[in-house]
Parts: sequence; C-alpha cells; structure tokens
Amino acid sequence: MKRHLISAGDLTRDDALLVLDTAEELARVSERSIKKLPTLRGRTVVNLFYEDSTRTRISFEAAAKRLSADVINFSAKGSSVSKGESLKDTALTLEAMGADAVVIRHGASGAPHRLANWVRGSVVNAGDGTHEHPTQALLDAFSMRRRMGRIDGLKVSIVGDVLHSRVARSNVLLLHTLGAEVTLVAPPTLLPVSVDTWPCQISYDIDAVLPKSDVVMMLRVQLERMNAAYFPSAREYSRRYGLDRERFARLHDDAIVMHPGPMNRGMEISAEVADSPRSTIVEQVANGVTVRMAVLYLLLSGSEPAIGGDL
Amino acid sequence: MSDARNQARAVLEGPDIHRALTRIAHEILERTKGAERVVLLGIPTRGATLAFRIAERISQFEGVKVPVGAIDITMYRDDLRLRPARPLGRTDLPPEGVDGRTVVLVDDVLFSGRTVRAALDALNDVGRPRAVQLATLVDRGHRELPIRADYVGKNLPTSKSEKVKVYLEEIDGRDAVLLIKGDDRPAAGEANGER
Repeated sequence: MKRHLISAGDLTRDDALLVLDTAEELARVSERSIKKLPTLRGRTVVNLFYEDSTRTRISFEAAAKRLSADVINFSAKGSSVSKGESLKDTALTLEAMGADAVVIRHGASGAPHRLANWVRGSVVNAGDGTHEHPTQALLDAFSMRRRMGRIDGLKVSIVGDVLHSRVARSNVLLLHTLGAEVTLVAPPTLLPVSVDTWPCQISYDIDAVLPKSDVVMMLRVQLERMNAAYFPSAREYSRRYGLDRERFARLHDDAIVMHPGPMNRGMEISAEVADSPRSTIVEQVANGVTVRMAVLYLLLSGSEPAIGGDL
Repeated sequence: MSDARNQARAVLEGPDIHRALTRIAHEILERTKGAERVVLLGIPTRGATLAFRIAERISQFEGVKVPVGAIDITMYRDDLRLRPARPLGRTDLPPEGVDGRTVVLVDDVLFSGRTVRAALDALNDVGRPRAVQLATLVDRGHRELPIRADYVGKNLPTSKSEKVKVYLEEIDGRDAVLLIKGDDRPAAGEANGER
C-alpha cells in the first residue's frame, strides 16, 4: 500500500496532479476568514526535525493545524536526541504515542526511508541530507502552474549548487514526471557525479540557457556546506552564476524567477531580481502551506492514502 | 454492471426534470418573496449544475439575478475514514458571500441526510446565513438524521438496496433519473450522483 512521501519519484503523474488540484481547492480555504477544516480531527502529526528549518517546520505545522490535526513538534536540540538517543528509539517512542504521520527533516540522506521501516504511520520527507525534499518540489510545481498555467512543456532551468541541493533532485524528478524540460546549470564542481543519470540536461553556461527558459529556479549557495573549494570566491560565483539585473533583462517577458529560500541576496540572486513582480519567492511560501495541507489530506484523511510510495 | 443496467428504470426523463426544476424555481420565488437576498449553493458535482439551472430559471421568470455557487463538502464528511482518501470538489462562493442571506442548498438526491449535514458544517465555516433551505431533485427517503427538504423535485419511494442515479446534460450528455434495482453491491460512487 502506498503510504509514504519520501521521494518525489514516488509520485506518479496522476498522484502529482491530484496533489496540485487538491492544493488548488485548499488555496481557496486560505483566503477565507475561517481557515480551519475539521478533516484530520483526532489525527496526530509529529514534526521530527533533526536540522534547523524554521520555514519548513512552521509550514508543516500550519498545514496540519488548519486540518485540525494534533501537532507534536520534536526538535533534536534540547531533546533526548542530544542525549544520544538513536533514530530508531525515537521512532519507537513516536510509535508508542500513536503518530499517524511523521514529518522528518534529517541531515542524513536516507533517514526518512529508515524511519518508514519502524513506524506504522505515514512518513513525509521534509528534507534529508543532500537527497530529497519532495514537498518543496510540489510547492514549486504548484507555484509554476499557477503563474504559467501549465507545467507540461515548460523549460525550467535550475541554477546553482545542485550538488548539495535536495530541492534540485526532487524538482528534476517531479518536473520530469509532469512533462517539463529541466536544465541544470552549475559549475562542474557543484554537480553530483551521478547527474548524467537524471532525467534532465546539463549546462555550465547560464547565459546560453536563460533566453530559452520559461522558469529560472535559483538555488541557495549553501555556505554552511562549503567546506571544500567548490569555486574560487563568492564574487566569482556571483559573476558567473548569479542572477543579476542584466541577466534578468535577457529573460523573455513572461519568464518567472523562483528561489526555495532562504536567499543570499547579492550572491546567487540580486535584491532587485528577488523583489521583482516576476519573482514568485513570497508566494512560494504561502503555497507551501497549501501544498502540505494537500499532502497531509491525501495521506491521512481516508482509510488508505491516495498518493505516495511503498518501501 | 450490465446486470444493473438491465434492471435500471427511468423514473424521470428530460422533460420531467425540466418541469421539476421550473416548479422549484417558482416555489423558491414564492417562499422567499421574489428571491430577495437569496443565494443558491449547489453541492458538487450535480447539485452545482442544478443550482445554476434553477438560478437561470429564476432570472427568466422575474428578471432577478440570484447569486449562485458551489460548496464542496468532502472535507466535512463523516465517512472520510471509511474509504480511501478522495479528491476534493470545487467550492465557488459568489462574491456577495452568504452573510445575512437565505442560502438554498441544492443537491441531486436526498438520501441519508449526511451530505446535507456536512454541507451545513461547511456553510458554518464560510459565513453566517440568515436562513438555510434545501432543494433536491429527488427525495428517496431513508433519512438517518433529522433533515428534510424545503423544495423537492420528486418524492421517490425506494428500498434501501436500490440505487438512484442522476444524469445531467452538462455532465453526462443527457437528462434522466434512473432507479436501479438492488444487487446488494456495497454503496459506492456517491460522488457520481449514485445514491
């Protein structure tokens, strides 16, 4: 039985479209004065966060609460994890508390997959290491569809630190499923070894790719992971791969700019571009809540989930 | 399936549905004194279509434009957990809103009353109507809750094992209400107008 959302690759085209369509209806709920729905009353969602991530945790928390689920936040800092409890023991604790879903953010790639073996409820991957972040990909696809009216046939460029980006991998998988043509743009040092097996194209030259793009997604330069010399200097990176005013001007008139946040303004994206009306950065945050509501609804509301993958 | 088809009997044909909706439109006008401050809200999918048809007739008869929309009740159902997670229908509230107005809920078939209960809950979350009334094309009986319709197209005595299926031109390409003899199948496909 499908029950987890661990990889964007778990979603079939129909699954993904169901999430987007459900989110579209739920977006209307976010516009009214009473934003709460009774649908997940009595269900418990645990947010298990081993890495700091204010925005994703709050987004999942808001989504679960709007559906009337009980939310338990469990962050590694100040918990028994800092006393050395293993992921498995934590999982068994959650199991004993009767969690219907566990939303997990973990620094190690594959942690959600491990967890899914130990708990009976649904596991939702909220970012694991440099592996995947499927709900981010879903909210990006949702934001794209709202702005562009479609995803099928869109030319999407994902620019920046692909090597450390779980967002990039999830987006490539999901956008490919939904029929977009994805091009990754990065210096060779910031592309993973296996990237030639991904369903996308690769380029090292942002200026060749931009004029042909409908959507440009800028990735954050993950300064905290820059422990090796991936590029000569921040300035050099910004000159060669940053989206500044001049490059922005070369995009076609309807193209949009996306960023999963948090941004390094002046590094991968200039402030002017980030604040332009063609940037979707703020609506991506709002759409995050809606899309996560859709995921929780489709996983938890029925006798069995309508989306997701098996182990 | 072919078995069920064979035992299906049309209880209302196109012209009957047409006349029933015309009468309901007149009754709404009469009961609400010219449909003043009335909002029609259909329950997706077929209730929404019927609401639009009734609104059209009201505007033909008296030249008043009645606000019309749809209210999805999926997230308010009491049987969500009994079946796999299901897709949502469309909620489309008219810009006038429902506050202080008389809302006429429109559904195709009134059966247990549980859909209407869910609709009342859903309505509660979008505003505070002055009053709520219920219009249904077919009332087939077997209520499980204290709910009744204000406007009924046809009262249709049924046995619990029978099914009522509504076809509408806009969705199904033809207008008809079929009564399907019971084959002891578990109730399914409610969202498709089969009750």
